[in-house]
Amino acid sequence: MDIKSMKNYLYWLYCQFELITCSYLMEPWEKLLFYTFNVTMLVMVLYTAYIFVPVHISTAFQFFLHLLGNQHENTVSVVK
Amino acid sequence: MANPSAVCNGHLHHHHHQKQNNLLKSGIYKKNGITKGTKKNGISNGTLYKKKFVEHFEQAPMYVAVFTFLGFGVGTIFGYLRDFMRAWGLEKRNVATEREQQKDFVPLYQDFENFYTRNLYMRIRDNWNRPICSVPGPQFDLMERVTDDYNWTFRFTGRIIKNVINMGSYNYLGFAETDVNALKTVTVELQKYGTGICSTRQEMGTLDKHVELEKLVAKFLGVEDAMVFGMGFATNSMNIPALVGKGCLILSDELNHTSLVLGARLSGATIRIFKHNNIQSLENLLRDAIIYGQPRSRRAWRKIIILVEGIYSMEGSIVRLPEIVSLKKKYKAYLYLDEAHSIGAVGATGRGVVEYFGMSPDDVDVLMGTFTKSFGAAGGYIAGKKDLVDFLRTHSHSAVYATSMCPPVAEQIIRAMKCVMGLDGTTQGLQRVRQLGKNTRYFRRRLHEMGFIIYGNDDSPVVPLLLYMPGKIGAFARRMLEKNIGVVVVGFPATPITESRARFCVSAAHTREMLDTVLNALDELGDFLHLKYSRYSKSSHPELYEETRLELED
Repeated sequence: MDIKSMKNYLYWLYCQFELITCSYLMEPWEKLLFYTFNVTMLVMVLYTAYIFVPVHISTAFQFFLHLLGNQHENTVSVVK
Repeated sequence: MANPSAVCNGHLHHHHHQKQNNLLKSGIYKKNGITKGTKKNGISNGTLYKKKFVEHFEQAPMYVAVFTFLGFGVGTIFGYLRDFMRAWGLEKRNVATEREQQKDFVPLYQDFENFYTRNLYMRIRDNWNRPICSVPGPQFDLMERVTDDYNWTFRFTGRIIKNVINMGSYNYLGFAETDVNALKTVTVELQKYGTGICSTRQEMGTLDKHVELEKLVAKFLGVEDAMVFGMGFATNSMNIPALVGKGCLILSDELNHTSLVLGARLSGATIRIFKHNNIQSLENLLRDAIIYGQPRSRRAWRKIIILVEGIYSMEGSIVRLPEIVSLKKKYKAYLYLDEAHSIGAVGATGRGVVEYFGMSPDDVDVLMGTFTKSFGAAGGYIAGKKDLVDFLRTHSHSAVYATSMCPPVAEQIIRAMKCVMGLDGTTQGLQRVRQLGKNTRYFRRRLHEMGFIIYGNDDSPVVPLLLYMPGKIGAFARRMLEKNIGVVVVGFPATPITESRARFCVSAAHTREMLDTVLNALDELGDFLHLKYSRYSKSSHPELYEETRLELED
């Protein structure tokens, strides 16, 4: 039952997307073009996020650590 | 308060004194009759309105406007794409184009101006101009039509969709009927006069039927005289030029109908627009007009006339007549009231907005109305003082050049008006007016409860339901037709671009079951299309709780 209501909800969301972006009014080839463009854009955004977000987060993390603690790993030298 | 000079058992003065003493003793009434306490509904005696004037023009949340523009943006981009393909021959052109030999001439068909028509309207065109094949009563029959090339051409399948509930016809009092008993007098007149008049009013086109109708209209409205014309639109556009000319000033409401705008432009007078139903705006314009006069010569205006409508058909709002009349009296302007949608539809006995506000018809200088909406016929009238109507009989373009109203139609109006006035001996007319009021209030209340955004006054039978997004216009109309309900949807350019709507016209002929069917369908569709934007909805679906859960506590 949960799967069915989930599917209905997703179908309803898809209908809302169609109505809001006027793709409900488009002919099939226009819809294909529009969806291809949208999906391509989405995939590119996600791929960029996948590549760059970990690097950005670790850089930001290091920046904040430097700001707050002022203890850089290189400055602490172990004197034996 | 009873007439103080009434004779009571022959003791005239005694009764008069006693009544006055009683009233003075109880302290409620002063000598000249003004009450001290508040009247019902909390409206005190000093205000102009005798009952509550409630209008709604709720704004939708911000995301709705964003999505609407997004939808129009996508539509515009694809419109440009399609135009590009059509210009470069990648796609067949379906619109009118010049012949090959005339390609180098000045273009006859301005291509870009029809951008909206070509690219957006064409996609949802199947929701308009639907041919019906029965009388447009509370239900009608529709001819089914399909399109093979995305609404450029249609073809009829031959099937007839029966008993579609009619929420779009201006059939306020339900006089669009084919009942043989009701149309008895009309058939008699048809056989007596035929259908054609073949002449204008001033030549040989004035029949005794017209004289009878005009006397009846004057009696109905409570004015001195009236004149009827064959077409409602032409009544406005042909008579305003006869009343005003160069050197006069027309103050017209923002949302006036095209017939009024056309009449105003044809007259050659100066036109100034005031904000819709906004008395401050109108007063500012009047003051400026009187202080500064005409633009260059600074002379006084020859005439200042205010053009308003009784009910505005796209908004469902009712004009603020008491305030406008007080303004007109203060600044000595004339008032032209177009009661196309309000005659027969509002007012306790169906006599329009003048009666709705409890005012006298002498306050309005020119009363205009149409017979198309509440009387199930065609044509219009102008009523007022006898001098005005006599002037129009000689100077109106419509009287000189237009064919007069045909006799069966005149008889239909006569019988409908007699029914409303009660002159046919029954209370059917009054029942219809009351039924319309009940239906209107019920329909509007239920729609508000469900959470839709509805514009307009609580008493107006025109109910616009806001749809906003262009994609939803087509979806709404098509799905309602699938559920066997016929609605009228309106978009740009008849409404502002972000506020497309579905307009319902409640009728006295609708039964409670029909309204409930429509309301249930709207509820379902509102959930599916996500149209319930209102933030002020009261309880939707007041559930009937069954009190079977008894919690017994030890």
